[in-house]
Amino acid sequence: MNLAIKDIRHNFGRFVLTSLGIGMLLMLVMGMGGIYRGLVQDATLIVDRIDADLWVVQKNTRGPFAEISRIPRTLEDRIAAVPGVQSSYAFISHTVQRSFNNKPLRLTIQGLSWPADRGHWFPIIAGRGLEQAHYEMVADKSSGLQPGDRIPLAKEIFTVVGLTEGMTSAAGDSMAFMTLLDAQAVQFDLPPEAIRIERTARVNRLSDHELGRTQPQMQDHAAGPGAQIPALGTSMVSAVLVQVLPGFSADAVAKQIEAWPDVSVYTQNGQKELLLRGSVDRARRQLGLFRVLLIIVSGIIMALILYTLTLDKLHDIAMLKLIGAANTVIFRLIMEQAMLLGVIGFGLAHILGQWAFPHFPRRVLLLQEDLIVLAGIVVVISVLSSLLGIHRALRTEPNEVLS
Amino acid sequence: MKPKSDNKMALQAEGLTKIYGSGNTEVVAVRNAAMQVHRGEIVALLGPSGAGKSTLLTLLGLIQTPNVGTIRIADKTVFDHHALTVNVRSFRRRYLGFVFQKANLIPFLTAAENVQLAMEINHTPPRQARQRTLELLEYLDVADRADYLPAKLSGGQQQRVAVARALANSPTLLLADEPTAALDSVRGRQVMELFRRVAHEHDSGVIVVTHDHRSLDVFDRILEMEDGVLKEHPTGTKK
Ligand SMILES: Nc1ncnc2c1ncn2[C@@H]1O[C@H](COP(=O)(O)OP(=O)(O)OP(=O)(O)O)[C@@H](O)[C@H]1O
Ligand SMILES: [Mg+2]
Repeated sequence: MNLAIKDIRHNFGRFVLTSLGIGMLLMLVMGMGGIYRGLVQDATLIVDRIDADLWVVQKNTRGPFAEISRIPRTLEDRIAAVPGVQSSYAFISHTVQRSFNNKPLRLTIQGLSWPADRGHWFPIIAGRGLEQAHYEMVADKSSGLQPGDRIPLAKEIFTVVGLTEGMTSAAGDSMAFMTLLDAQAVQFDLPPEAIRIERTARVNRLSDHELGRTQPQMQDHAAGPGAQIPALGTSMVSAVLVQVLPGFSADAVAKQIEAWPDVSVYTQNGQKELLLRGSVDRARRQLGLFRVLLIIVSGIIMALILYTLTLDKLHDIAMLKLIGAANTVIFRLIMEQAMLLGVIGFGLAHILGQWAFPHFPRRVLLLQEDLIVLAGIVVVISVLSSLLGIHRALRTEPNEVLS
Repeated sequence: MKPKSDNKMALQAEGLTKIYGSGNTEVVAVRNAAMQVHRGEIVALLGPSGAGKSTLLTLLGLIQTPNVGTIRIADKTVFDHHALTVNVRSFRRRYLGFVFQKANLIPFLTAAENVQLAMEINHTPPRQARQRTLELLEYLDVADRADYLPAKLSGGQQQRVAVARALANSPTLLLADEPTAALDSVRGRQVMELFRRVAHEHDSGVIVVTHDHRSLDVFDRILEMEDGVLKEHPTGTKK
């Protein structure tokens, strides 16, 4: 005869509510772990998906995701000439926040080196990929955008032609993909007034200069578009992605490029490590701390619940002792209830979580191995939390029946 | 009526003394008590409130230990001068049965489960325990309530289930402390007669603490207690 289950059946409503409470707490513990895993995946997602052997960025920066990196696009061609390099693409990444349909719209724009890079590395779940060099974009589903949405950016109207799923940046923002030139246009877009002021300032600077005074026709150039002035630099990109030829070692190629004084080079793993250190690492420790606290709180609550459940039964426990029940009978009664509470709580947490987590604003990733570890922890706190009740029960004297 | 088995003793106790507290608050609840109960014999224990009857019963039932004395139950020495000489729990479940004023049934178990539990605690296989439980409930006339929870039983029914539980492992010594106090006189009488039947048919020694002088005729012998002192009732040997 299983006393634990008989008692639970008798107090079914209370047991269900208690399990639900424990389940919700454990769901939070589970969610915290999932948020951390999601954070790591988000952070390394783009690097994983792009799957470039090397990332070339501005010298001494940890770009392009951890901090701003600016390198000239011409680097693409310089790197292509390095022995062992199969291909090199310029890449640009930056985040914009606009308002769309009266809601804030945050997009991390990834510029693809059109037409070499057509974005085959991200999965399209609706619509199509980029098929045109300008004014098209593919956005992530999490942005809330739909295919056909028209978004004004940098004095142009961009049409959302397709959707991806699960493509979010390390900060949790939805990604949007467009061609490199479009992405640059968005990044370096200036309002007309700012352009006019800059052109006037250029003319003024020139007129203060010897060269401007002796060659007045230069002033016409200075007043025109910046792109037509030969002395101004070429457009800037965030990084250059390198694929190494089969048979060549990425490290060797990296060493060669690294020797240039104007760039730093990271391997794919190096780039991932950069992303994980820094902000993600702090978030991980923060979430870890919360998990520990939540587990302790769950343990204390379970202990109190089991303790009160035991207090309610002290008279019965005294009676059990009186009729000669061994301590193991009483021990099992409490321990099995603790285990059931833990196991059912864990099961509920998993069910509730699977329903609730997809609605969380950020990715929550439940990994099998994390669930197994958490299940182990739940068993341990179940055992620990029953000890208080067991201690009280074993102290009960049989003659308490008589009072 | 003579006890069925003259030679077999259910209980022999000598020199039992129980003192509560110390100094000014010292109470001698039981003073140098000696008694013998045969198997198949039913004995009443009378006495005014505070005389020490319940205390004596807890000593005999190994629920509390006396300060000094010896107790033999089922021809085994269980308490010798100052110390227990057996494992109390396993001894209780094998040789002793208890009934109190309140039935004290486990509220989350049905009538049958309450009885069956006592057997399973004593390592009776569940199937056999179930069988014997139904026989006992039949014997006590509550078989039709076997699958009811205690809360759904009347006081008298609960008390009979409690008796069934006390009899679960065919105890050598059955101790009852005012088992009929919560029942009306008719029901109380029935329970007393039941104890008599138990003593005679199950060959157990039965000691019943009672204030109910109308039922004294069911007992083989009457003991009386006053201020912790135990003595044979003058009319106790009438039978
Ligand atoms: N746990 C205890 N601590 C201190 N004194 C106690 C304790 N239990 C009983 N006593 C005292 O021992 C004496 C005997 O008590 P006991 O309960 O045995 O009497 P009783 O004959 O059963 O009385 P009643 O008929 O009222 O049940 C009383 O004076 C009581 O106050
Ligand atoms: Mg009493």
